[in-house]
Amino acid sequence: MDEMEAIRATFFAECEDLLGDLEAGLLALKAGAVDEDTVNAVFRAVHSVKGGAGAFSLEALVGFSHAFETSLDELRKGRLSPGAEVVAVLLRASDVLADLVSAARDDRALPQEFGAEVVHELEGLLTVQDSVAPSPAFTAPPAEAPAPGAPSFAFTPVNIAFEAEAPPCAWIVCFRPLDGMYAAANDEMLLLRELERLGAAEVTADVSGLPDLSELEPERPRLAWRVRLTGDDLSEARIREVFEFVGDDCDVTVAQEAAPETVPEPLADAGPDDAVAEVLARIAAETAPPEQAGPPAAPEEPAATAPAPAAALAAQGGERRDVQATIRVDLDRVDRLINLVGELVINQAMLGQRVVEAGLAKSSTVAVGLDDLEQLTREIQDSVMAIRAQPVKSVFQRMPRLVREVAAATRKQVRLVTEGEGTEVDKTVIERLSDPITHMIRNAIDHGLESPADRVAAGKPAEGVVRLSAMHRSGRIVIEVADDGRGINRDRVRDIAVERGIVDRDATLTDEEVDNLIFAPGFSTAPAVSDISGRGVGMDVVKRSIQALGGRISISSRPGEGSTFTLSLPLTLAVLDGMVVTIGDHTLVIPISVIVETLRPRAADVRPFGSSRVLTVRGAAIPFVDVATAFNWRRASTEAAAGVTLLVESEVGGLIALGVDAIQGQRQVVIKSLEQNFRQVDGIAAATILGDGRVALILDVDGIVAARRRGQPAVAPEPFLQAS
Amino acid sequence: MSKTILTVDDSRTMRNMLRLALAPSFEVVQAVDGEHGLEVLEDCAPDAIITDINMPRLDGFGFIEAVRRDEARRTIPILVLTTESDAEKKHRARAAGATGWIVKPFDSVKLVEAVRRVTD
Repeated sequence: MDEMEAIRATFFAECEDLLGDLEAGLLALKAGAVDEDTVNAVFRAVHSVKGGAGAFSLEALVGFSHAFETSLDELRKGRLSPGAEVVAVLLRASDVLADLVSAARDDRALPQEFGAEVVHELEGLLTVQDSVAPSPAFTAPPAEAPAPGAPSFAFTPVNIAFEAEAPPCAWIVCFRPLDGMYAAANDEMLLLRELERLGAAEVTADVSGLPDLSELEPERPRLAWRVRLTGDDLSEARIREVFEFVGDDCDVTVAQEAAPETVPEPLADAGPDDAVAEVLARIAAETAPPEQAGPPAAPEEPAATAPAPAAALAAQGGERRDVQATIRVDLDRVDRLINLVGELVINQAMLGQRVVEAGLAKSSTVAVGLDDLEQLTREIQDSVMAIRAQPVKSVFQRMPRLVREVAAATRKQVRLVTEGEGTEVDKTVIERLSDPITHMIRNAIDHGLESPADRVAAGKPAEGVVRLSAMHRSGRIVIEVADDGRGINRDRVRDIAVERGIVDRDATLTDEEVDNLIFAPGFSTAPAVSDISGRGVGMDVVKRSIQALGGRISISSRPGEGSTFTLSLPLTLAVLDGMVVTIGDHTLVIPISVIVETLRPRAADVRPFGSSRVLTVRGAAIPFVDVATAFNWRRASTEAAAGVTLLVESEVGGLIALGVDAIQGQRQVVIKSLEQNFRQVDGIAAATILGDGRVALILDVDGIVAARRRGQPAVAPEPFLQAS
Repeated sequence: MSKTILTVDDSRTMRNMLRLALAPSFEVVQAVDGEHGLEVLEDCAPDAIITDINMPRLDGFGFIEAVRRDEARRTIPILVLTTESDAEKKHRARAAGATGWIVKPFDSVKLVEAVRRVTD
């Protein structure tokens, strides 16, 4: 009991503080403070004394603080106003409380009637009589005293008289969870298990309330349960106690079975697992479509045959609370599965092509069968991808700590708000989200948010808010980091960009373009590289690493109101929706995500511009890149009008026009890494295998733009075309 | 592995009592009020939460509501620990999303039993 003694000492030390708070609060009330905080603090002080006193069975202290607290509660609820008279009584009460505390600490007995006068005064303050039962001065209120033998956290149960003498008989417990039950983290399994602890339980689920699967709402309980309980030590009160926590959220009836002698024998030794297994079996039998429910001749059979797997399930269920079953699988196995599905997709595409080549009609059984296969393959692929999907929460939950650290280092007050932690994305993408998000948050706090003093001066709360959110948008995951800081200082950004030769002094830039200059290589607004924001790494590096994942990042800003970084990434790095195009003998895949539009320009629309060409689209001049010459596949540029032009969005240079010979079509392709299988090639992001077995290269638009800027052709990726 | 219980109570005495009662059976993490409880939740995922009602900064009701607002924390059982056994408080706690309650003063065996009841 040493530890109990230590806690007792803590209690009295804490009482000193609480009594100090109490007195200070009452004096503030006396001085005219009537704010809610003061009243609440006073109430809490007495309330805490009472709570601790109860734990040590200090009856006198509990009784007095209860009376005291009751008056303070009236004050708190505004039913008693803290006039001079009232505060005087309260101050006297606080003195009595202090005496009672010190007497209890020293184990000194006080006269029985000590403080009785003040209790009367306190009770006299209560104007609303019916709200408070006049409490006998020094006895703990009955509702809170643990009745001997009764659990101290129980409702006062209604006991049925003859329980002790009654022979073991069965009780029928029926319960139907209502809508609110799951919201309070209660569920049927908890209740069923509790019931099983009371005795042998025969559980039946009533599935008649189950709607069609399409209408099933996971948050709404739909099952009703009937439990037949047998045991020596049963009473309505004990059974009702199981439902104590779900009283409002569950319809419960408890009744004794009419004819106890009809108890079937086997039930007496049915263990809990058997009972649960039986429920599962019954559910299985009742929910299974008729043709799968077993031989029609034997309607009882399903219950009898199902228990083997069901019992195994139940044995697990007994140990674990998780209703949603999960298994752990080695990541390698999943990756292997994904690779195999990738091969399957390629194979299916090849088969399709063979069928076309063989001249079979679209309506032929083979072609129709292939259509089904394609459908199935896509579904398998989606399902397999879903295995790897994980919520971004694992990354998000690392951020609060980062925010605290950066806030401390920069002496700023920051509150982090996160949204959409449940948004799922491929595991490989998640792993690579951490760094950019860390960087954006650092940047938002270090550069975005103002110092508390500046914020107050600008009429904002001292505490800045950084909002980190994730959502799915058109097949991509979008992560936003928004701050409510000062926004980007566009003049300064522009000056720096000009100074560092990133843009021309007389260039006309939109606000958005100026904002996004911070991603330009070699740009850093911090006068010295700040340890917090940069760690020596500029936003350009962040941007490049995101682009390497097929992602985009941008910033938008409103002066004085804050900035928002928006990062979008593909949901998976394993497949890609691409446009298959041809250039001479070559086949290339261009990611659909970058294509803005396709067009056939007239010859007059493409004009030379310095050493390169521009395409005029609806009055705007867009840099034109002939892909064939960019890769050195052709010496002379062809006429743009001879082929097709794709307007694509590049991260580094805005819109650019890519000239190709022809478009074959849109296809989902499985990404094969070039780095892993060969080496990195400028202008090429990855490779894929087409339906005819040929390797096609996936174009890296930004790589092309970068190569064009350097004035060199991208490396000709000829060697791959021989691969098969 | 033993389960983790987060206790949220502004009273040092209560926190120590809770720890004394729970520590042999559970991993105990403590917070001093609702706000602090939410901060602690950022770094730890308890199997159950026991919270006081009357607390400075953020009281038990507000704390429970905030916890339940978070999609990922909706299934954490929350027991309300309070000397106030009146139906209105229980009702408010339930409405906020509390799983159950424990009335102070509590008995350690019963406390552990109540926690087991919602976590096992």
